[in-house]
Amino acid sequence: MLTLVDVSYRYAGGESPSLRDVTLKLANGEVVGLTGASESGKSTLCLVASGLAPRTIRGTLEGQLSIDGQDMTSAPMHVLAASIGIGFQDPVAQLSGVCGTVFEEIAFTPMNLAVPRDEVIARTWAALAALRIEALAPRAPNTLSGGQMQLVAIAGLLAMQPRHLVLDEPTAQLDPAGTALVGAALARLAEGGTSILIAEQKTDLLSRICSRVLVLDAGRVVLDGPAAEVLADPRLDELGVPVPSAIRLRRAIDAAGLMLDIPADLVA
Amino acid sequence: MTSVALEGLVHVYAAGEVRALDGIDLSIASGERVALVGQNGSGKSTLIRHLNGLLRPTSGRVLIDGTDAAPQTVAALARHVAVCFQDPDQQIFAGSVRREVVFGPRNLGMSGAAQREAVDGALEAVGLSAEADTNPYDLGYSRRKLLTIASVLAMHTPVVVLDEPTTGQDARGVARVAAIVEMLAQQGRTVVAVSHDMRFVAEGFDRVVVMRAGRIVLDGPPADVFGRGSWDTLASTFLEAPFAARVGERVGLGSTPTDAALVAAVAGRGDG
Repeated sequence: MLTLVDVSYRYAGGESPSLRDVTLKLANGEVVGLTGASESGKSTLCLVASGLAPRTIRGTLEGQLSIDGQDMTSAPMHVLAASIGIGFQDPVAQLSGVCGTVFEEIAFTPMNLAVPRDEVIARTWAALAALRIEALAPRAPNTLSGGQMQLVAIAGLLAMQPRHLVLDEPTAQLDPAGTALVGAALARLAEGGTSILIAEQKTDLLSRICSRVLVLDAGRVVLDGPAAEVLADPRLDELGVPVPSAIRLRRAIDAAGLMLDIPADLVA
Repeated sequence: MTSVALEGLVHVYAAGEVRALDGIDLSIASGERVALVGQNGSGKSTLIRHLNGLLRPTSGRVLIDGTDAAPQTVAALARHVAVCFQDPDQQIFAGSVRREVVFGPRNLGMSGAAQREAVDGALEAVGLSAEADTNPYDLGYSRRKLLTIASVLAMHTPVVVLDEPTTGQDARGVARVAAIVEMLAQQGRTVVAVSHDMRFVAEGFDRVVVMRAGRIVLDGPPADVFGRGSWDTLASTFLEAPFAARVGERVGLGSTPTDAALVAAVAGRGDG
């Protein structure tokens, strides 16, 4: 369980808090979506929820954060690192820069968590297979395309098998199939008990994999509820959040005063 | 008039393993809006780096405005083609938004009122007029990306190339980028954009070019490329037609790549 209660965060030198009074409970195995306009606080919430801010990014934190019942702000970094993974928006910031091949890059995190060698190898191949990037295994990470780097960064997190995972726009640079593969891999990870907080602009993806969705506006949680309800909320447009494809189409048809049954299997 | 032509373009990166472009033939007319789509790693970004000479062909030719690009320097090509990179942090270097945007026009020899107008116009188009004195790194990712788009707009080149311009943008940012593409088309400038956002592509571009493993596998207007006849090829490069296109084909209304096209088709069916 990952819990934030009345959390506010102001960056060092910031004029106003980037997060205000955010309360969020993430149960084991739960996938919670986080969306909102640009600069609404999604990335800041990811950094705070993963324990990186204010630990490595200076700022002032108020409120309580706990992870599996332990106060997060006082937990030593090596304890946190073993139980929570974070995926940054920019995969270049995520990759270690010290590994000569994609295979070593993905194995890097479980190796550092002292996972036995055989298991590191098994997890690495499983992560490569989950995202269908086995062919990239011998490549040098710095020769990959932007989207391929993003897949490798996510594969590293899958191989880590963290109890909690925070992802900041993990599919921003991915093609539709890559996005679907990441969605499926995250759903499987959650079935194994990992709790996942995923910040995304792709509300179609959130509608597929999340049970709950939060919408941020100017650092505050303005919508919070079951994914189907929040993603159909009429306020999404004014909050700068893309309306999911099926709902947008439904509204366009209705607005024209027409009738059309949208096949349910296309929405799922 | 042909704006950009690629003839038998092949590119093999120095490491020598990957044939990133494997024989590309592509001719783009002046004022055309062309979207370049395809799986991650299919060669899209490699292709556009040839348009301003940042990469040079291993074999084949690149023609810009009918002239072979091979003997031309990157600086000379910059008068014709401005390229906005996928990752804004590979592009931004200046200490303020205005200084970042002025770099291109100044290097093209613009000065005085012309330079000021170019910069102001570009900042207004991306909605950053109020941030002219801000340090780019005080902006969030999406506005840094819009800043790099402003930098290429300010160069007033006949060809504008955008690599994943909607990545990291919220709904308002995507709408803004779509309006910029529309504005460029109205000015008669050629737009080439790489994108994974099929709705953005279907709604805002005349032509969709689909790449797979360094080759072009589909090339046509959105209604053709996203029509059922193309779905197997799209799937082979891990793409999927936009939602409206899939719904339209399923309910027997033919190829409807956009919500507007589907609504029109439903309305037409009602009349018949």
